[in-house]
Amino acid sequence: MTLTLRSISEEVPQSPAMDLEKQLALAAAFVRRHSIASIYHAGSGHPGGAMSCADLLACLFGAELNFWPSGIDDPHRDRFVLSKGHAAPALYAVGAHYGFCDAKAALRLRKLGSPFQGHPHVLDLPWVETSTGSLGQGLSVALGMAMGLRMQRSAARVYTLLGDGELQEGEVWEAAMCAAHHELDNLCVLIDYNKLQSDNRNDLIMRLEPLAAKWRAFDWAIAEIDGHDIPQILSTLRRAGATQNRPSVIIAHTVKGKGVSYMENVPSWHGSVKLTREQAEDALLSLGASRNEIKEFLDVDGG
Amino acid sequence: MSMVAEAPALIGTSGDSLREAFGKALSNLADEFPKLVVLDADIAGGTGVHHFRTSHPSRLLQFGIAEQNMMAAAGGLAAVGLLPVVTTFAVFCLRAVEQARLSLAYSRRNAKIVASHPGLDVGPDGGSAQALEDLAAFRAIPGMTVISPADPIEMALATRAILEFEGPVYMRTGRSAAKRLFGDDHQFAIGRGRIIRQGTDVTLVACGVEVARALEAAETLAQESVSARVVNMATIKPIDVELLASCAVDTGAIVTAEDHNIYGGLGSAVAETLAITRPCPVEFVGVKDVFGASGEPEELANLYGLTAPHIVRAAHRAIARKQRISGRRKNFR
Repeated sequence: MTLTLRSISEEVPQSPAMDLEKQLALAAAFVRRHSIASIYHAGSGHPGGAMSCADLLACLFGAELNFWPSGIDDPHRDRFVLSKGHAAPALYAVGAHYGFCDAKAALRLRKLGSPFQGHPHVLDLPWVETSTGSLGQGLSVALGMAMGLRMQRSAARVYTLLGDGELQEGEVWEAAMCAAHHELDNLCVLIDYNKLQSDNRNDLIMRLEPLAAKWRAFDWAIAEIDGHDIPQILSTLRRAGATQNRPSVIIAHTVKGKGVSYMENVPSWHGSVKLTREQAEDALLSLGASRNEIKEFLDVDGG
Repeated sequence: MSMVAEAPALIGTSGDSLREAFGKALSNLADEFPKLVVLDADIAGGTGVHHFRTSHPSRLLQFGIAEQNMMAAAGGLAAVGLLPVVTTFAVFCLRAVEQARLSLAYSRRNAKIVASHPGLDVGPDGGSAQALEDLAAFRAIPGMTVISPADPIEMALATRAILEFEGPVYMRTGRSAAKRLFGDDHQFAIGRGRIIRQGTDVTLVACGVEVARALEAAETLAQESVSARVVNMATIKPIDVELLASCAVDTGAIVTAEDHNIYGGLGSAVAETLAITRPCPVEFVGVKDVFGASGEPEELANLYGLTAPHIVRAAHRAIARKQRISGRRKNFR
């Protein structure tokens, strides 16, 4: 099959924009709840950064990417690379929501024999496009994809989501220089700028600011947005798609642990943590899950 | 009167080095492999890739002096159906080992890494430029095939072979002029070692520049009435297990020779294999866990123990050990 449509929003013009935004908000809520549940069952995993990027992932998979479960082998599909591979639970959850994998199977996160490894692995799940988990490499792989697609005259675009702490990796800036030099306007970087990293705040570990100025100096088209504002994410992605002769970067200001009151902006929820039953229930309640949903998420067998 | 300076002669772009043979082969094969793209980190003049740059400029992808990005980007190029060949110096491949691990091998990409300037063969650039650890590092990555051809004819054949092969490959070329060892009828297959001189007393197993020295050593040994077999082990991984076992049975003594640290490269691969098939005395010719220094390749080979006379002495040691073992066996009876 050949994918030609830029986005679902254009594919279904009769659907009012408001409905799409509602759908995406529901998708983001599902991503957060499913991530909490899978991390609870796994007994380890990174909840903070999964919460912060949920709205970005929902907008990409629900409205922007030319990528559907029926077309995972289509050479002209858009590519998405999760460069911040530790947010794998959120990627699996958004994949489950949009039919790339089974939602119940994806609760077997980090389990022996499960394809849902702690970090995405392309041989286990082809739709994750490339294996990630070592920060800094995803952008380079995405760059190679963008370069290769352009050489083959494909209209497909390549998107990659980076963490903010990840920007401390030198390879990111090698790639930033390279993408601008080669004028890869089919490449779009999203930065989940939640201001926290493994041990502490970015500005205490290794300062990133002035961040927009850095990307501007590397000659990227830049946008700075609220990474939880769905209409703003959608319109910015659309504008990025129209950028010519320059790669684009969307610096999305986010809140780490977004939606889970006790996690928001607390660095200790970044790292791999073990959630108790009570913490998982509190988190799901905080995310608006019903009692039934909570039972469904947390009482599955084989978890 | 205007003074026009002559362009300086590029060192190494002339002559019969393995890197030149590789660059010419790539250029010759490009039309046959339309998906082939070559990645360069501002060093095409040194890697032999300048031939490809001239013949197929649109398929030479420039990454600047940034090898980590180049290595991982090869994974992306392979993911969208191209056939990427990453080219740089061996020492800079070491810098991107982790990218080769995650974005090429772990993702099982059909991407090739071709490294020029390996070992003491680099010569005057000195210790910082002489990669003596690359075979060990890349051999330790699951699914990575590791190759080190011995002469220009074999390099051309190996270049075709890695393009036809499906999966990640690390291949060494070489900086200095390489002796021509093989005829036009030479054959190369990934994973196959070849006996290039028959012998019964000891087997010299070599790769890369050490193959020529092993042949020279066998000649010396013959004058001393020692019959040395020489094996060109151009594929270090997967190593030719059957051939090694048969050499151990036939000759009972093995010497390995490589322009690499004695830890982790060809010698280690041979010893690991023989330990579980046909254990026999093995002597290692290689750099003894130290860094190199500036000097001409032959001077360095002499200083660090890689020359034909060093191989000869190692052969005598291996044969003496074999005889001690067989002597003990006789006494025991």
